[in-house]
Amino acid sequence: MRAAVTLALVGIAIAALPRLAPAYYVTLMLPFMAYGVVLLGLNLLFGYTGLVSFGHALFIGIGAYTGAVLTTRFGIRQMELILPAAALAAAVVAAPVGALCVRYVKIYFGMLTLAFGMVFYTFLLKFYKLTGGDEGMRMLRPYLLGQSWEGFSKTAYLIGPYYYFSLAVLVLATLLMWRIVRSPFGLCLKTIRDNPLKAESLGVSVPRYRWYAFMISAVYAAAGGALLATPTGNVDPTLAYWTHSGNIVFMVLLGGFASFFGPLLGAFVFIFLQDTVMSVFPYWRLVFGAILAVIVIFAPGGLMGFFARRTVTPVSRA
Amino acid sequence: MGGVFHASILFLVAAGLQVVFGVQKIFNLACGSFYALGAYAGASAVAYFTGHGGSPALFIVPLALGGLAVGLVGVVVERGLLRFVYDRDETFQLLLTFALVLMLEDLIRMTWGTAPVSTGGLYLSYGQARLLGATVPVYNLIVIAASLAIALAIGWLLTRTAFGRIIRASADNREMAEALGVDMRWVYVRVFTLGTMLGTLGGALVIPATAAMSEMGIELIVEAFAVVVIGGLGSMRGAFVGALVVGIFRSVAIAVYPELEMLLIYLIVIAVLLWRPRGLFGAAAA
Repeated sequence: MRAAVTLALVGIAIAALPRLAPAYYVTLMLPFMAYGVVLLGLNLLFGYTGLVSFGHALFIGIGAYTGAVLTTRFGIRQMELILPAAALAAAVVAAPVGALCVRYVKIYFGMLTLAFGMVFYTFLLKFYKLTGGDEGMRMLRPYLLGQSWEGFSKTAYLIGPYYYFSLAVLVLATLLMWRIVRSPFGLCLKTIRDNPLKAESLGVSVPRYRWYAFMISAVYAAAGGALLATPTGNVDPTLAYWTHSGNIVFMVLLGGFASFFGPLLGAFVFIFLQDTVMSVFPYWRLVFGAILAVIVIFAPGGLMGFFARRTVTPVSRA
Repeated sequence: MGGVFHASILFLVAAGLQVVFGVQKIFNLACGSFYALGAYAGASAVAYFTGHGGSPALFIVPLALGGLAVGLVGVVVERGLLRFVYDRDETFQLLLTFALVLMLEDLIRMTWGTAPVSTGGLYLSYGQARLLGATVPVYNLIVIAASLAIALAIGWLLTRTAFGRIIRASADNREMAEALGVDMRWVYVRVFTLGTMLGTLGGALVIPATAAMSEMGIELIVEAFAVVVIGGLGSMRGAFVGALVVGIFRSVAIAVYPELEMLLIYLIVIAVLLWRPRGLFGAAAA
């Protein structure tokens, strides 16, 4: 009950934000919502299936470049078409990549995903004619709900229609993921994480379920990547670089991978904290590296871990 | 020959990665950052040396010493951070080294600024040599020879000394080694510092041939990572062969079809991981 009230209040606050807060903070919410979608997917793999991908930026890159290619090369501007196209592109790539990666666990899974991520990164960087090389490509302002919103200035567009569109995507993605993790399929993933041998003996095909989880998380990452490209208006290869993969794993850990909403909290705190730190001190990586070290050593449960410790849960649902 | 020069640098960094993974079972993403740190420290040491009237012909001495000295940061990192996570899941260990990557990158920027740092024109101060019809800077040959010597020294250390036996025993079975009276804290500090110093030395030695940039570490880590995957995690012989494979393929690819450069390396990595997940020289069992 308390959780439902908290959620409702957070939802109202986010919906009302463009009317209350300065435009600058509202635009900061856009990457939060985009990363929120990415992290929901990543945590299906990390928190629920127990596989840590160090190459997930690959799929963010695929989503973002799908948006850029469609808007600039093919004149397809409708966001309602770009998102499914990004998801489809990610699924096409994730099917073979995932099938190979899920044969391994732990460090080998991490390394293989990192290698695939870097393959895509070098492809983006070196095939200049197709991808624009290190300068990347422009992402034109997408149409939303069939309208071009030409009359809006860039900021008005971003804090108005685009904000609510992103929010709607995030809410839908959250509801869908909520259903997924509560479904028999989601429970199978948790069993695989906790005891793969037992899962296998209960008749769960471990590699196949891991593969499904990989595909779903890739689709989420691509949808988030497409959302992420619009506010910056430009996509470049660093979106697919391995440190970007590391940063999104960092966000999940910051919020707490053991909790459903932890990754969303992580994305929110990461983006706003990064903005704050950068405004007073140019070396944000130093601060964030120290934060990550402290979390890893002292608080592996992340920020959600603090809440969990205070509220007494009668039945363990982890 | 450029490929072999690159391979000998890669070998040093990868050897540092391997010895740490072999004993502490930690895949150190920060080995590339140590390499960058060594590069900057080496360049600074050379600048100080020549600035105080040192002979340019001897620049390799402060270069190597600067690289080795900054490697002592390994002691701080091991005692200050890593020792807390030996019992944790690999994921957390990996993320802790990622935290180090972030911190070191900015520490380097704070100390040395963002402009590339180089050792000026010292690279060719040993002249050039003609070898197999190609002109090669003598400095490259010195580094290749030094790297080979270090490879032999590590081999000797691991197989012929008491410390080497302790390292191999700890890598095989930590509990048993501890039960036999080996103080693991002592082994871990030394092994990690050895690994760090190999990385920083590699960075210092590469610097006359190029310039130090703050991104060089995170770029090198993916190559060093390719080396250890091809060679097999934790294996010194693997690091040696892997470094040669990566160094040579890279220079061939650059000469033949530049677009393929790193792409080719990653495709080899993926092929090796699929065909022999433990690498060419990896242990047979987990």
